[in-house]
Amino acid sequence: MLKIEDLWVSIAGKEILKGVNLHIPVGETHVLFGKNGSGKSTLLMTIMGFQSYQVKQGKIFLQGRDITQLPTYERARLGLGLAFQRPPSIRGVKTRDILFACSGTKPYMPLVEQYNFTSFLDREVNYGFSGGELKRSELLQLLAQDPSMVLLDEPESGVDLENLEVVGEIIGRLLQKDRRRGHREKSGLIITHTGFILDYINADRGYIMLDGKIPCQGNPREILQHLKQYGYEECARCLR
Amino acid sequence: MSEIKTRAIRSREKKAALGADLNLEEFSRQSEDWAYDPEYRQFSSEERQHLLKAGIELTDEEHAGTFLQADAKVVHCRASQPGVEVLPITEAMSRYDWVSDYLWRLVAVDADKYTARAELELDNGYFTRVLPGVHLDQPVESCLYLRTNLFAQYLHNLVIVEPGAQMHIITGCTTHPAVHSGLHVGVSEFYVRAGGQLTFTMIHTWAEDVHVRPRTGVWVEEGGIFISNYILLKPVKTVQTYPTVTLAGPGAVTRLNSILIAHPGSELDIGGRVILQAPKTRAEVIARSLTVGGKCISRGHLIGQAPEIKAHLECRGLILSPKGIIYAIPELEGQVAGVDMSHEAAVGKIAAEEVEYLMARGLDEDEAISTIVRGFLKVKIEGLPAALEAEMERAVQETGKGM
Repeated sequence: MLKIEDLWVSIAGKEILKGVNLHIPVGETHVLFGKNGSGKSTLLMTIMGFQSYQVKQGKIFLQGRDITQLPTYERARLGLGLAFQRPPSIRGVKTRDILFACSGTKPYMPLVEQYNFTSFLDREVNYGFSGGELKRSELLQLLAQDPSMVLLDEPESGVDLENLEVVGEIIGRLLQKDRRRGHREKSGLIITHTGFILDYINADRGYIMLDGKIPCQGNPREILQHLKQYGYEECARCLR
Repeated sequence: MSEIKTRAIRSREKKAALGADLNLEEFSRQSEDWAYDPEYRQFSSEERQHLLKAGIELTDEEHAGTFLQADAKVVHCRASQPGVEVLPITEAMSRYDWVSDYLWRLVAVDADKYTARAELELDNGYFTRVLPGVHLDQPVESCLYLRTNLFAQYLHNLVIVEPGAQMHIITGCTTHPAVHSGLHVGVSEFYVRAGGQLTFTMIHTWAEDVHVRPRTGVWVEEGGIFISNYILLKPVKTVQTYPTVTLAGPGAVTRLNSILIAHPGSELDIGGRVILQAPKTRAEVIARSLTVGGKCISRGHLIGQAPEIKAHLECRGLILSPKGIIYAIPELEGQVAGVDMSHEAAVGKIAAEEVEYLMARGLDEDEAISTIVRGFLKVKIEGLPAALEAEMERAVQETGKGM
């Protein structure tokens, strides 16, 4: 589904990603661990094609197609969907409008009703939303968009316990976790700090990002366990 | 000679405090003698379409009253519901002695040469009055129309909302498609009596070289409400206006909304001043200005003169062209303790992260920008005719394109 080859990325002249390689097959969900500033969000933003993320070298393939030079909206139309960690608010634009834009011709109201979001429809996009509301709004937009490759940037951050379950449930739905392995068509790449999300999605593979590289990968639960026990310092030492 | 005339003569050449100074002799006072037209027969379909863009529907249906003045001549005037009067101001002055007592009380005749000329060279204007307790469920429509190129139009309008009455006026000010230059001077004095409510929506759709100088004063008594919506989306040479609303009675409320687009070559100087004279009055002045290459000065001035008043000023500007200028000047003036006044002003360009956010949802760059621009210009405006709402939507879409 998503393949990244030797990706080098700079922001305002500063090198952030230094040769990232990644392969997410159809139906698999991979998680990305890493300290703040290691380059995790940069990777997601680059995959989405935002302008300030300059690809110096390497390629990004979506379903076998080279998307490295495509504008963001074309990537979205090809099936990439990103839930932002800190989405901007857009004054005057209603949540209803953005859901309409996401869903194209499909109806979005059943989703809104199911996840109790009706009262947000006439509110301005992300304006004055709490942490949990922001995440629910992001995930609902993705559900409406129905992407085949789901990118989630810290979906659990700022979410209280009550909302956490709904967030987990929506992510499971986005990634077709109700289907058996091998029958899923959706893939995911999720940045997580806490690993909480692993309780909901049973990820297939985990990565550690350190200083713009992915030097280590394996079973996500084992990686998380290891990080909890020894921290990232131990990772750095181990890899030296 | 009356004192007002004397003051007007003295101020014939008086430069206005704000806005580009115009040489009034460059405009013509000659126009055709347009015939009175009870059935709107003299308007071609092209002209009708053009008028519709300024919100003018050219029908007496679904209107409590209608008034249309072309250049100097009133061509249509009718009150269609009981409880409302619509007359040319000159006729109202001759019919009622008391009308002249209401004129030049809220706007000074010697404020500048435009007010002075409106007195000395008055063409006409509308008089609208809604009787006590009458609630008009349909709007009164007035159209002030420049139909002759280079004509200078001088108007004086008077609106009286009697106690407990309610009225919505939609004023469309526009030019004939063949007119490219001219001058519109409109003096307006509005009185909202105790418990009355006036919603005044004014849509300006001028031509590229037209100069516009509205001079407006509003008086709101106890518990009265005055809502103004001013919409200017099309090119114009210069507009300078600074309406002043006096909240004279306890609990009076006003809300002034303006939505402005400054095109290349346009110079807009638009203000809103509210004098909160009585306790527990409330005011909100909201301006959204957007430039695609013109200059827009957005002024606001709140004057709190009584305790327990609450007032807020909001100027937001969006610059969509490297040559555009937005100059927001919010002023708060508290003259006693116990006032609660605030302001919020922000001028900037469209945030790239907002555009990218929408692009990540599948909108292309133009769609993303026009969505943001539409949102920016969205201020809740009540009672607009459907055709005008569609036109506004289209104008905003157009504005957002290719930025």
